[in-house]
Amino acid sequence: MAHIKLLNEELPGIVGLLNFRPETGKALTDLAEVLLRGPSTLTSGEREIIAASVSYWNQCHFCHTSHAAAAAAHLGTGLSLIDDIKAGLPQTPVSDKLRALLHIAHQVQRSGKEVTEEDVADARILGATDTEIHDTVLIAAAFCMFNRYVDGLGTWAPVPNEAYAEMGKRMAHVGYGKS
Amino acid sequence: MPHINLSNEYPGIRSLFFYRPETATPLNGLVQAMLHNPHPTLSAGERELIATYVSRLNTCFYCCNIHGAIARHQLGGNGEIVEQMLADPETAPISEKLKALLKIAAKVQSGGKNVLPADIDLARAEGATDLEIHDAVLIAAAFCMYNRYVDGLATWQPDNPGMYDQMGEQRAREGYLTPPAKLVIGH
Repeated sequence: MAHIKLLNEELPGIVGLLNFRPETGKALTDLAEVLLRGPSTLTSGEREIIAASVSYWNQCHFCHTSHAAAAAAHLGTGLSLIDDIKAGLPQTPVSDKLRALLHIAHQVQRSGKEVTEEDVADARILGATDTEIHDTVLIAAAFCMFNRYVDGLGTWAPVPNEAYAEMGKRMAHVGYGKS
Repeated sequence: MPHINLSNEYPGIRSLFFYRPETATPLNGLVQAMLHNPHPTLSAGERELIATYVSRLNTCFYCCNIHGAIARHQLGGNGEIVEQMLADPETAPISEKLKALLKIAAKVQSGGKNVLPADIDLARAEGATDLEIHDAVLIAAAFCMYNRYVDGLATWQPDNPGMYDQMGEQRAREGYLTPPAKLVIGH
């Protein structure tokens, strides 16, 4: 049970929190929508992999599993992607550029100051643009917020990967903050 | 020097807002809703203190200085409260409820799972409502984002108290949604 009394305790993870406080919920879902589904040279599948990876490093089960399921829905990989993200994507064909961006995201997850000029130069050599580097840093930073929000208030989350299949499809194809 | 070419001369997060207006809109909307808009029980000054404290724990120079300045202006120009809170919340001249909320904020900063039922019970015993606990957690979490964003792209963070005071006065008065005033730096 969550640390605070939510209006609807059946809603899992961040969903119950957005419902509890719509005044902040609107900006939070608008941010997720523009970061993960807005116009970008990174595909939504790539951006959801960044979001899910950061959430895994932060040990946030709800955010990791739901965003990995959204990545799977975008990429058509099936739910095995959820565990492959935990393992560092050994089974999923991803570009070297995305791997370099994931390294930057991991540095941000530890602390903003961990990102070095060398990390950025490595991503550039593999073709990353300034906007892609910007968006990677902001996605990683944003999930350091979402993860802390979801876990800091002790929300509940379904356990098995399969429970996230429909949610992932909705996040991928309908979007955030849209019913 | 910033990690990417931001093509503007604004400091800290403002340089990123100019670089990417698409993400600036929800980021500004969130900080406005959390820190500036009317709140049933927490003053804007108290909410700014939580933001300042978390920014200090994350060692983000820009965010700690700008929100410290906004807090000072929201608290009627009393910079002593901000300084004492940063030095040691326990002995600072703030309410016991705010001290308990700052403890929760520090737990959130180190990891969401570190918030324990005992931390929530302590805040409740000092009179904190569920809304206040929610907002303290969200403010702390959000500054774990803003701080990483500002530092992760190595934005310009000048060491100029007058500049932070000028920007802080504007934000305390106008909120976060108005364009930045032209900076007068160097006096």
